[in-house]
Amino acid sequence: MGCGYSLPDRDSRQLGRPNSENGGGQDAKNLRVKLVLLGDSGVGKSCIVLRFVRGQFDPTSKVTVGASFLSQTIALQDSTTVKFEIWDTAGQERYAALAPLYYRGAAVAVIVYDITSPESFSKAQYWVKELQKHGSPDIVMALVGNKADLHEKREVAVQDGMDYAEKNGMFFIETSAKTADNINELFEEIAKRLPRPVIT
Amino acid sequence: MDEEYDVIVLGTGLKECILSGLLSVDGLKVLHMDRNDYYGGESTSLNLIQLWKRFRGDDKPPPHLGSSKDYNIDMNPKFIMANGMLVRVLIHTDVTKYLYFKAVDGSFVFNKGKVHKVPSNDMEALKSPLMGIFEKRRARKFFIYVQDYNESDPKTHDGMDLTRVTTKELIAKFGLDDNTVDFIGHALALHRDDRYLNEPALDTVKRMKLYAESLARFQGGSPYIYPLYGLGELPQAFARLSAVYGGTYMLNKPECKVEFDGEGKVLGVSSEGETAKCKKVVCDPSYLPNKVRKVGKVARAIAIMSHPIPNTNDSHSVQVILPQKQLGRKSDMYLFCCSYSHNVAPKGKFIAFVSTEAETDQPAIELKPGIDLLGPVDEIFFDMYDRFEPVNEPTLDNCFVSTSYDATTHFESTVLDVLNMYTLITGKVLDLSVDLSAAGAAEE
Repeated sequence: MGCGYSLPDRDSRQLGRPNSENGGGQDAKNLRVKLVLLGDSGVGKSCIVLRFVRGQFDPTSKVTVGASFLSQTIALQDSTTVKFEIWDTAGQERYAALAPLYYRGAAVAVIVYDITSPESFSKAQYWVKELQKHGSPDIVMALVGNKADLHEKREVAVQDGMDYAEKNGMFFIETSAKTADNINELFEEIAKRLPRPVIT
Repeated sequence: MDEEYDVIVLGTGLKECILSGLLSVDGLKVLHMDRNDYYGGESTSLNLIQLWKRFRGDDKPPPHLGSSKDYNIDMNPKFIMANGMLVRVLIHTDVTKYLYFKAVDGSFVFNKGKVHKVPSNDMEALKSPLMGIFEKRRARKFFIYVQDYNESDPKTHDGMDLTRVTTKELIAKFGLDDNTVDFIGHALALHRDDRYLNEPALDTVKRMKLYAESLARFQGGSPYIYPLYGLGELPQAFARLSAVYGGTYMLNKPECKVEFDGEGKVLGVSSEGETAKCKKVVCDPSYLPNKVRKVGKVARAIAIMSHPIPNTNDSHSVQVILPQKQLGRKSDMYLFCCSYSHNVAPKGKFIAFVSTEAETDQPAIELKPGIDLLGPVDEIFFDMYDRFEPVNEPTLDNCFVSTSYDATTHFESTVLDVLNMYTLITGKVLDLSVDLSAAGAAEE
């Protein structure tokens, strides 16, 4: 916890962690960004993160408790690294009680729905609107159709996801936290799309 | 919501959110609801449209003020003492990881019609125009006594038992004049009235030490820090802590009626035809109006400006204390100013507050001495609100009601109330002996 990172103006000192406003990491080679997850309860937000950060899948995990601040660093081919500070909703999305604080300074938003649930897909639109209200205008947005392993129960067509993402300036990917399909690809693609800080 | 909880918390003000967080961390099952569709209750920060709705009755702020979204105007303006109790709670709970803080630029005091920097140690006392040449030397000796004073080391006590000696007697020993006593008592020890003069001096000495140690902490011009984006971030951060530990959150719940059994004990809380059962209810005074009494009233002005408060050394965030005696009042008046440098307003804009414990029903007239120090304002709003404190017996009804926020400029009294409530609710004392330097150490 904590650091003496100071903002560039006046005699400021910070009590919190290093600021990572909108992809502004420490230098051009090592980015540190805040990533927020959005989407209805039960679509697999936490499972995606746990698969990405710990390589685990726990089908019994029901509601997110305890660990809602995970981080993971990935290295890209151009020898840059991106450290994701991943914020989970901690269940506050359940009754639409997610605080503006949650969106503050987020460089990336991952909006997740469940391909077997049309309702969760239409709720994704609500979260996009919330993002436009609270989020930074240059936030990188990903639309993720999760539970792609359950293709026999699919109720949301791939094309619908693609069309919606394109209309809203997001990129689209289908994942399975259960089989790990496309999980690393999701985060690698996000990393590639992050604006690079200008080297001074 | 038809479930059973250990505690239902009503209202998402800072006090309620800290308690909700602490109780969830303790493993209690917590349901936290608010009648509003936003977090923070009386300690929220409003954007411009919300401010206009509240004080002007429309949602059309003038466009020249900039984007509504860029404003975070505190409804309960206070600064955070860098070494104070709120910081201890923030570190204890690790909630700092959700927040960004910056030091506050300046701390000033109004004296004989002028605004002066508050001298906080022996070196500054010697430079301060607040005192004449001989008074400076006396004040310097007093500051050195306070700096060296160590409660557990009698050698530093100079033969005085500060649990018995009154502040007045201690000050008499150093021969300080009333003018010096006034700024020491009100701007350094942050007393709100003059009762401290006849109380044991230990409290005042501890308060002065807290001020000086907080000031030394971040090498800023004040002992205070303040969160980026305004104080409304604090309740949200503690709410997140509660949620992370399993607390359930519901906003926009109308009514939130506390239900009682035949003996007057809490049964649960009902809203929209559903009842959630619980053992205990924690809430702000507005949710249980029959269990509180009015204890006072705060008058305040909120100003949007395009310049810093004059004579504060161009401070982009600042506190000015106007001691009661300087104004011929019973209680102090406070100026609080924050700006775009703390992300509470768009570039070039400043938000200033003038507040005091009200002694009349005419805030515009009563607050004039403070408002006169602001210079020209773009917009100004006046407001008064009543303060309440609980009168119930929590052991009989299991209701734990917080006291309304007072007009003080910092959070020490706020956190004291929270800690007392925590002890009443759980029977435990929160151990806040944290490593304060943990928050200042560089990472990586």
